[in-house]
Amino acid sequence: MFAYIVRRLFLMLVTLFGISVIIFVLLRVVPGNIVDILFDAAGFVDPADKANLERELGLSQPIVIQYLHWIGGLLHGDLGYSYVSEKPALEEILPRIPITARLAGLALLFSASIGIPLGVISAVHQGSKLDYALRVVSLSGLSLPSFWLGLLILMASVSLFGTMPIFNPNPKTWLEALTIYAVPAMAVGFRSAALTMRITRSSMLEILRQDYIRTARAKGASEASVNYHHALKNAVLPVITVIGIEAAFLIGGLIVTETVFNIPGIARFLVEALRWRDYPIVQNLVMFIAVVVVVVNFIVDMLYAAIDPRIRFGD
Amino acid sequence: MRSVQALAVAVLSVLTISDVSRAAEPKSGGIFRIYHRDSPGSASIHEGATYSLNVPFMPIFNNLVIFDQHIAQNSASTIRPELAESWAWSADNKTLTFKLRKDVKWHDGKPFTAADVKCTFDMLMGKSQQKFRQNPRKSWYDQVDEVTTNGDDEASFKLKRPQPALLSLLASGYSPVYPCHVSPAEMRTKPVGTGPFKFVEFKANESIKLTKNPDYFKKGLPYLDGIEFTIIPNRSTAILGFVSGKFDMTFPTEVSIPLLKDVKSQDPKAVCVVEPNNVSTNIIINSTAPPFDNLDIRRALALALDRKAFIQIMFEGQGDIGGTMEPAPDGLWAMPKDMLEQIPGYGPDIEKNREEARKLMQKAGYGPDKHLQIKVSTRNIAVYRDPAIILIDQIKSIYIDAELDVVDTAQWFPKIARKDYSLGLNLTGNAVDEPDQSFYENYACGSERNYTNYCNKDIEKLFDQQSEETNLDKRKKLVWEIDKKLQEDVARPIIFHARTGTCWKPYVKNVTIMSNSSYNGYRYEDVWLDQ
Repeated sequence: MFAYIVRRLFLMLVTLFGISVIIFVLLRVVPGNIVDILFDAAGFVDPADKANLERELGLSQPIVIQYLHWIGGLLHGDLGYSYVSEKPALEEILPRIPITARLAGLALLFSASIGIPLGVISAVHQGSKLDYALRVVSLSGLSLPSFWLGLLILMASVSLFGTMPIFNPNPKTWLEALTIYAVPAMAVGFRSAALTMRITRSSMLEILRQDYIRTARAKGASEASVNYHHALKNAVLPVITVIGIEAAFLIGGLIVTETVFNIPGIARFLVEALRWRDYPIVQNLVMFIAVVVVVVNFIVDMLYAAIDPRIRFGD
Repeated sequence: MRSVQALAVAVLSVLTISDVSRAAEPKSGGIFRIYHRDSPGSASIHEGATYSLNVPFMPIFNNLVIFDQHIAQNSASTIRPELAESWAWSADNKTLTFKLRKDVKWHDGKPFTAADVKCTFDMLMGKSQQKFRQNPRKSWYDQVDEVTTNGDDEASFKLKRPQPALLSLLASGYSPVYPCHVSPAEMRTKPVGTGPFKFVEFKANESIKLTKNPDYFKKGLPYLDGIEFTIIPNRSTAILGFVSGKFDMTFPTEVSIPLLKDVKSQDPKAVCVVEPNNVSTNIIINSTAPPFDNLDIRRALALALDRKAFIQIMFEGQGDIGGTMEPAPDGLWAMPKDMLEQIPGYGPDIEKNREEARKLMQKAGYGPDKHLQIKVSTRNIAVYRDPAIILIDQIKSIYIDAELDVVDTAQWFPKIARKDYSLGLNLTGNAVDEPDQSFYENYACGSERNYTNYCNKDIEKLFDQQSEETNLDKRKKLVWEIDKKLQEDVARPIIFHARTGTCWKPYVKNVTIMSNSSYNGYRYEDVWLDQ
C-alpha cells in the first residue's frame, strides 16, 4: 500500500509537470498576447511603446526562460502579477477559490444526495411508473444545458418572486446566503445528479441480480437491508468513480453557471483572463484546477480501498 | 356651492403643485446601482479606448471644461467650465488660456494647480518623463505646441495653427485632468481625481465602487452617497437584474431595441430612452489587393447596399442613414438629405442602384455565370456578426458570393493591420461629434486607425482647411464636401448609424443620455434618487 501511494504521488508530479508544459506552450501558441489586445484595441500603435511593454512584461524573453521563470516563482509561492489588474496573481486568485469551492461542493452534494437515492429507488422499482418518471427526469437532466436551465430559473424567480438569486458578496440573511449558492449549485448539479442516478440505477440492477442478494433474501433479510446494506454498498463503487470524474468536469459547467448567475468565482475569471491573454492568471489557475483534479482522482482511488476491502493496491 | 368647489379645486391645485415641487427638490443619499457590461482593463481613462472605462470612472474626475451634462446634444455652445473658471482664445486663435479654480483639492487632499494641467497634457503629448502604458488619443493634441502655466491658476495651450475644435476635445469625457503626484501605474489601479466621487475599489469581473467626495468644490454636490457598478457580462442576467430591482439603471446605451421591448413589458414603469450613439457600422475594404483594388468593384459594392433593410432588420427601423458624421438632427455636421442622396448608393431606388452595380461587376468580368468568391471578416461579437450576415445576403444580388469569416477580438486588429482580408465589417465610435476627431483618426494618410490605408492628399488638405476654419457655417460646408467625397471614393462605406437604449427606474433623477456621443455624459454629480 505504501509503495503504491509513493508511486501514485510520483506519477502525480510527472502529470503536473506535463500539464504545466502543455498549458504554457498552448497559451503562447494561441495568436495574440495582452500587448496586442491593449494596443490594437486602442487603435494608435507606437511600435516602440509596444516593444517596451512586451519587455516590461517579460514577453520578449525566450519561451524556455519564461517557463523557468514561472515554475521557479511557483515553487517559491510567487505566482507573478496579473497583466491586466497589475495586482499579484495570488491576490486575484485566492479570494475567488472559496466561492467556486462552495459552489462546486454544493453541486456535488446535490448530485450525490439526489442522484444516489433516486437511482436506488428507480432500480428497486424497475419497470414501475415511478421508475419511468425518474428515468424521464434523469434524461432531462442530461439533455438540458445548464446555461438554459440557469436562465430559466432566473426568469422564473423574477416573474414569481420579483427578485433573483444572483451573487451578493454581503448577503443580509442566511437564507439569502444559502440561495445565492444553492440555486446555481442545483442548476449546475442537475446534470451530475442525472448521471449519478443513471449509473446508480444500472449498477444496482446488476448487483440485485447477484446470487448473494438472493441468498440474503432467502436468509430472511428485510428488503431495506438487502437494498441498502447488501446491494448499495457494492453498487456504489462505479458511482464514486463517476462523481470523481464529474468533479473534474464540473469546472466546464461552472464557467457557464458563474456567468449566468454572475458569481465571481475562478471559472468565470479564467474565461475573462483568457480573453485578455492574462498569462499569469490563466496558467496559475489552470495549474490549480489540474492539481485539484489530480488530487481528487487520487482520493477516489484511495476511497476504493476503504469502501471495498477486497481491493488491495500494489498486491 | 360653486365657490366652495372652486376653493377646493384651488386648494387641491396648490397641494399638487407643492407636491410636485417637493418631489423635484433633490434629495441627498442613496447608492446608485448600475450594472456594467464588462470588466474594464484598467481605471485609467487616458489609457483606454472604450466607454466601458468612461462610465464608471468619469465621476472620479473633472476636466478643464465639459459638455453640459443635461443637454443631450454636445456642441461648442454647450461647453461649460469645470476646473477652469473661464477660457479665452488669443486674437490669432493660436492660444487658448484657462483661468483655473482656486478651491479644488485632489481626493488625497493635495491642492489642484495649473501644474497638474501641464503634467496631464504633456503626458498625453508624450513630452513628460512619465509615460502612459498606452496613449490612444495622442493625435488629438497634434496641433498643440506646448502647455504653459502662469502661476498656479492659469494654463495656456499654445497651438501650431488655429484649431477651434480643441475646446470640444477638451470637453470630452476622455479628457480628465490627472494629478502630477500620482503615477500612471497608480492611476490604472487606484485613480485619484478631483471629481464628485472618490474611488473605493475595483474588483476585476466583479464590481467597481465609488463613494461621495464630501470636499467636492461644487458645494452641496454630489447628492448620492455612492455609485456601485456590478459587472455582469451576460446581457440576459443583467436585464433581469434591472427588471427585478437589483439595479437602478442599465449600462448606458447598452439595451438593444428588441431587448428594450422586453424591459418595458416586464417593468412598465421603467424610464427608457433611445438615442443615437455616434457609432457607425461600416465596411472596410482592402483596396491594396484583388479584387477590391478595382474601383468598379468597390463602387458596385457601395451601390448594392440597402441601408434601410439593415436598420429594419437590426433595429426595427430605429437607426439613421448618413455619411461619416452622425446624421441630423442629433449630429451637428451631417450632410443635408438632398446632398446625401446624390451620393451613389444612397438614392432611394435600391433596384436601380443594384442594376448599375451589376453593370459595373460585368465590366469587371463577373456575372450570373461567374460569381466573385470572397470572405467577409468580422469580430466575433453580435453587433458585428449580425450586419455582416445581412451584408453577405445583399451582395449576392451583384454576383458576389461571400463567406463569413469570424475573427477573435485579439486577432481582429492584427489581421486588419496585416491586410489579411478582402472585406471587413467594422464599427467606428466617435468620442466627440467633431470632424477633427473623425477625419484625422479614420481617413488621414498614415493614421493608425485608418485601417484601409485610404490616402487622398487633396482631401487631406481639406481636413486641415476645415480644422482651421473659425467660421462655423463655412466649416460645416467644408465638412459636408469632405464627407461626400469620402463616400464617393468608397473610402469606408458607411452602412448605418445605430440607436440604442438606456433604462432607469422612475425614482432616478437627473440622468441625461447624450445623443451624439457615448463617451461624455457620466459625471453624475447631480443625479439623485427620489426614494
